[in-house]
Amino acid sequence: MQYTFSDEQEEFRLIVRRFMDDKSPTTEVRELMATDQGYDKAVWKQLSQELGLPGIHIPEAYGGQGFGFIELCIVMEEMGRALLCAPFFSATALAATAIMSAGTEEQKLALLPDIASGETLAALAYNESSGHWDPASTALTATPSDDGYVLNGGKSFVVDGHVADLLIAVARTPGTSGIYGLSLFSLEGKGEGVKRRLLQSLDPTRKLAQIEFDNAPATLLGELDAGGTTLPHILDLAAVALASESVGSAQKMLESSIEYALLRMQFGRLIGSFQAIKHKCADMFLEVELAKSAAYYAASAAAEQTPDFPAVASLAKACASDTYMKAAQECIQIHGGIGFTWENDTHLYFKRAKSSEVFLGDPNYHRDQLVLRWED
Amino acid sequence: MTTNNTADSNTTSNEQTPDEQSVRSEVRTWLEQNWDPNLTLLEWRKKLIDSGWGVPAWPKEWHGRGLTIGLGDAVDDELRKMGAVSVAKTGVRMLAAATILEHGTDMHKAKFLYPLLTGEDTWCQLFSEPGSGSDLAGLTTRADFDGENWIFNGQKVWTTSAHHAKWGMVLARSNWDLPKHQGMTYFLIDMEQPGVEVRPLRQMNGHASFNEIFFTDAKIAPEFMVSKEGNGWKVAMTTLAHERRLADGIRSWGRGDKGSGRVYDEQKAEIATVMEPYKWYPQRAGRVDLLIERAKATGKYDDPTVRQAIAKVLIMAKAAEWTGRRVKAAHALGRQPGPEGSLGKLAGSQVARLAAQAHTLIAGADAMLTSEDGAMDGLISEILISVPAESIAGGTDEIQRNIISERGLGMPKEPRTDVDRPFRDVPRNTVG
Ligand SMILES: Cc1cc2nc3c(=O)[nH]c(=O)nc-3n(C[C@H](O)[C@H](O)[C@H](O)COP(=O)(O)OP(=O)(O)OC[C@H]3O[C@@H](n4cnc5c(N)ncnc54)[C@H](O)[C@@H]3O)c2cc1C
Repeated sequence: MQYTFSDEQEEFRLIVRRFMDDKSPTTEVRELMATDQGYDKAVWKQLSQELGLPGIHIPEAYGGQGFGFIELCIVMEEMGRALLCAPFFSATALAATAIMSAGTEEQKLALLPDIASGETLAALAYNESSGHWDPASTALTATPSDDGYVLNGGKSFVVDGHVADLLIAVARTPGTSGIYGLSLFSLEGKGEGVKRRLLQSLDPTRKLAQIEFDNAPATLLGELDAGGTTLPHILDLAAVALASESVGSAQKMLESSIEYALLRMQFGRLIGSFQAIKHKCADMFLEVELAKSAAYYAASAAAEQTPDFPAVASLAKACASDTYMKAAQECIQIHGGIGFTWENDTHLYFKRAKSSEVFLGDPNYHRDQLVLRWED
Repeated sequence: MTTNNTADSNTTSNEQTPDEQSVRSEVRTWLEQNWDPNLTLLEWRKKLIDSGWGVPAWPKEWHGRGLTIGLGDAVDDELRKMGAVSVAKTGVRMLAAATILEHGTDMHKAKFLYPLLTGEDTWCQLFSEPGSGSDLAGLTTRADFDGENWIFNGQKVWTTSAHHAKWGMVLARSNWDLPKHQGMTYFLIDMEQPGVEVRPLRQMNGHASFNEIFFTDAKIAPEFMVSKEGNGWKVAMTTLAHERRLADGIRSWGRGDKGSGRVYDEQKAEIATVMEPYKWYPQRAGRVDLLIERAKATGKYDDPTVRQAIAKVLIMAKAAEWTGRRVKAAHALGRQPGPEGSLGKLAGSQVARLAAQAHTLIAGADAMLTSEDGAMDGLISEILISVPAESIAGGTDEIQRNIISERGLGMPKEPRTDVDRPFRDVPRNTVG
């Protein structure tokens, strides 16, 4: 188990951070969040070509950088810190991970290189409008056709689904129920029978789409009916990636709180000199560090494929979600009235915290999973 | 509001005070003879004000009948039963009225109270500044006397209704050599003048319910000073005490009277304008009332963790509500408000936070959506992004805790270095 980052990883983090500082100041975030597309193509191209980030954890054999899950999480953390608006989480952390876990060798060779180069935007269409995070709740059907399958039904809350070139959809064989009969399918975002709609999201920095499938032709990804075993792992990896993003954002909330507390005066002194504020910051520091440790441990457990991974994935997700939500709340509180204004950046983070709190399952769900999956 | 009327009148009645039944029957008789929904709103309100039934708890010489607050509530209750529209009571105007009644000159009373009650004049309160919120007494808007007028320069913020207000209550620094609390003066300012610029202020929930105000050589004639120079802090405390007491009434959104007739239509239009900034206030408090209904509608009612979360909210909310009622009941009996007033505010912040958590659990993935895509057409998401205001607006939680411990529990204050010297020597923010 890796408890601290190597010098190379720390260096890599700095490079990513510098890029984010440069390309994703909140002025940029605000501009992008107001657009439907939600990201800047030029920045995405640079991020792909100069840093190779979309292929970070994709093996070199499939055109990626060949780093591991820990590096992916470092990227997520830095993106969370900068609230970067880009289809990285959707394409790399979610869709590429799904393809790597479920696809055949041939499919990986066919699909991953374009994701790794940033040319193909992919999205994982998993959740449905029922809002359940349990894979067993999947209702989208995949019926065999002459040259593959056709999908019927709908997906919702698909991150960047409105711009994705490639969709990886979870569907079930008609007549099956529970976690049986689930498979993954790939199809083109603009394909026949696919209707997409951008949803109005509470967090405008993360775009969500609703997708309707009406006899949409699709290709089976990997084995038929294997979703029951591949999906939980894919979702656990996704949860850890999201937890990493959340701790990056939470750290930013802590720093922003301290910065303001050392700037703002009331009653003739810095508000940071009041114990009420100091204690808040100390508590926030404690919680953020704990959440980081949980996220780092989970990333390492993912990389090393340790048996406790499923439990610690849920632990990290629950811990990071709660911590980020609370840190964002406290950051607003420490800013006082200005923290509640549109002009102040804290609300951008607060809204991301709210959406990350429930995405892939809220802390209640993951606490439950944590205990059910725990093995002594 | 009216549940404790009987108790009020029983305990406060004496020879001079009429009993509740006779007051009720007197106002009923008057209403039967005079209430006419086809009058214009202005015509009706003038009639009501002239009769003394518009604000019966006000002094006789200023449009009232000198009745107790409890009896005043009984009169309002009779108006409601009859479906009769009341005087203009919404928004911050009642704070202005209370302040003027207590500290204003006869000229102020004669000039301002009547059009305030008819609804012709709208008011705003100009206290908070970008540089001073919790530390209201640290304000730096300056008022300088040029021999003829007071000249105003500076900036105010969080001013509700300023964009359509005719008059404002404003607190400014008139002396920088005195300690902070002694150098402030309270004025009534004409908002419709060139030196006053009003800009909307957008909040994180997308609404722009407040304004920023910029004074550039705005003018106020000396007779619009309230109380005397340097006495502004004391007058402001009166305004704020009434704000705490009237908070619910000021913000109650859209409580128009039901009925048809010209007067109702005009009242509806008035409410729409005056109350517009307050329409998200119920959401900011967490909408506890929706929790059970939402849990049932989404099927989350069957989840014991959701029920636990809702129970926590209900325990806090109900206990806090009853604490509020205790305070109100005591006030109606004429007792001095105690520190329980501050408890309600603090409890409210916790209720709002807990309720937002419970709403998140109930909404699940839908918590990520807003507007028409969101749960209840975006009402739920509005709760989620409005509750952070509850622990800041009207005094932050931290300040409430200071007040509770120091004034309520008698614990020592922290040493202060900002009150014992000329204000100009106190360190302060250079920008907001
Ligand atoms: C939705 C909303 C509505 C509002 N409506 C109005 C209105 O109608 N009229 C009006 O005049 N104002 C209004 N305000 C302003 C509000 O009163 C102030 O925002 C509030 O009092 C806090 O002041 P501030 O914003 O300057 O924060 P600051 O006072 O700068 O506080 C920043 C942080 O420091 C903490 N702090 C400050 N002093 C102390 C201390 N002594 N001990 C411990 N902690 C301390 C605060 O608790 C806070 O966490 C509104 C604000 C909001 C958000």
